[in-house]
Amino acid sequence: MTTVTAARPTPAELSPSVGVGEGIKQTMTLAWRTIVQVRHNPWELGDYSIQPIMFVLLFTYVFGGAIAGSTSEYLTFALPGIIVMNMLFITMYVGTGLNTDLTKGVFDRLRSLPIARWAPMAGRILADQVKQAWSIFLLLAIGMALGFRIGTDVWSLLAAVGLLLVFALAFSWVSVLVGVVAKDPEKVQLFGFTALFPVTFVSNVFAPTSTMPGWLQPIVENNPVTILSNACRALMVGDDTLGTEWHVASATTPVVQSLIWAAAIAAVFAPLSVWALRRRV
Amino acid sequence: MDHAIQAEGLVKRFGETTALDGVSLAVRAGTVLGLLGPNGAGKTTAVRIFATLLQPDDGHASVGGHDVVRQAHQARQLIGLTGQYAAVDEMLTGTENLLLIGRLLGVPRPAAKQRAHELLAEFDLTDAADRAAKTYSGGMRRRLDLAASLVGRPSILFLDEPTTGLDPRARAELWSLIRGLVATGVTVLLTTQYLDEADALADEITVIDHGRVIAAGTPDELKAKTGSQTLVVRPEDDAKLPVVTSVVAELTKAVPEIDGPRVTAPVGDPAVLPAVVRRLDDAGVLVTELTLRGASLNEVFLSLTGRPVEDEAEPEGRPA
Repeated sequence: MTTVTAARPTPAELSPSVGVGEGIKQTMTLAWRTIVQVRHNPWELGDYSIQPIMFVLLFTYVFGGAIAGSTSEYLTFALPGIIVMNMLFITMYVGTGLNTDLTKGVFDRLRSLPIARWAPMAGRILADQVKQAWSIFLLLAIGMALGFRIGTDVWSLLAAVGLLLVFALAFSWVSVLVGVVAKDPEKVQLFGFTALFPVTFVSNVFAPTSTMPGWLQPIVENNPVTILSNACRALMVGDDTLGTEWHVASATTPVVQSLIWAAAIAAVFAPLSVWALRRRV
Repeated sequence: MDHAIQAEGLVKRFGETTALDGVSLAVRAGTVLGLLGPNGAGKTTAVRIFATLLQPDDGHASVGGHDVVRQAHQARQLIGLTGQYAAVDEMLTGTENLLLIGRLLGVPRPAAKQRAHELLAEFDLTDAADRAAKTYSGGMRRRLDLAASLVGRPSILFLDEPTTGLDPRARAELWSLIRGLVATGVTVLLTTQYLDEADALADEITVIDHGRVIAAGTPDELKAKTGSQTLVVRPEDDAKLPVVTSVVAELTKAVPEIDGPRVTAPVGDPAVLPAVVRRLDDAGVLVTELTLRGASLNEVFLSLTGRPVEDEAEPEGRPA
């Protein structure tokens, strides 16, 4: 064996703690890692590129006419909600990735390195935000190609994107908890399908609340997916262009409600996740 | 300093289970300690404490003179860890895996790349450098895992069952890599449930069982502890094994073990050897091997614990 694997002859001066600057660098490195992973796992890219496009095409052309009368009108209603739904599904990758690290021992390796204790988690969530931004961009682009029009201005659009990212940040903690508790990565995906599908479909993403049975309407109205979809509709399409069925009086109420939901989700799930993680490792 | 790794009275409980029940050990700088014990003995728990992944409930541990709880950050700068499962990111290539660790350790990108290439070459992974690790064989993953723990040139290395699940060839390759590392002055704590592995690699061995140290010393000291020697007889014709077994049983008054083509049995009296020769000659059995050797570590373990080493299958280290 050569000098390649030789130990440091005299250990260099040991640093007493990790600086915040170093921690941020390490977070960026770990986020880079998560993004690079996608290159070797094109299926994942398909999940947050092709799948949402399929949803848009499917709902617009198969159900659009029946639900809203015309496909382009339907797209105006449905696209903001589809973006919300897609955002929730993408957050599941935070949990799947974390669970893979935990079950494969990568998490232990990271914790044995002299890096900031919060960097592995922060890196995952940062990478998630990049994936989210990509996915929102992709859905808006495909929507516009099919006839979706921004009815407000660029600032409102940016506000909508910001709101989606903030909500994703909060909802990532649900995913983290599932990732920590689940036995293997497949279970995290299974949760994504069995829990998120009903939550996203029992909302006004695809059809106006007024078309649903009376007993279901209060549930749909109070579903945070509905609230966030309303906020995004108001910010992207504007109040006037929306028909009466999806009409939102103003963006303020749903935006504030969405932020409250985000804060509440983070307040419950962040400490719970950290507690569960401490128990697991 | 004299001891690179030190532990005093380590206790770790997981609920009702006591994984470590007062373990003390010390590893001199530049030597290899084999931590030997069956599944569930507490080996992984001990390594996880040394690697700062787990805090002991009682007692203390230090690496390179730094307490693993109070000075965890300093300790982490000295150690490398290769866990029981190859902890590589399967979605990344070999190069990317090593680059990731280098970057996390604050090595600038070009230098980290250079280091990755060096290590991949050293570990015979250059051809697979740009393939995702999920396409690697078990042996290749372990080598990449070991390489990953060496990116920061640690002076203290923890190897937790580094060859479990490897085929004999991959195992031999890993052994020679570990020997090479030791030659460069790295201090190694190696856990294993394979006695031949501890025998082959370790300068000293600490045997633990049920979270307690039950024996410690050099491999030869441990073998001497059992006092007895082992008779080994290999007939030329495998069909004669039953005859040999009955002769050996009668003369040694022990229950012989059949180990492939060989019959082995513990003996207290060296005079048994000529007696065996005479009896086998009378029976017309030709032997190709007939030796009296010191006890193997397997026999040591059996005499220490009253059961063979691969007996238990409890989950190791973590609460179930």
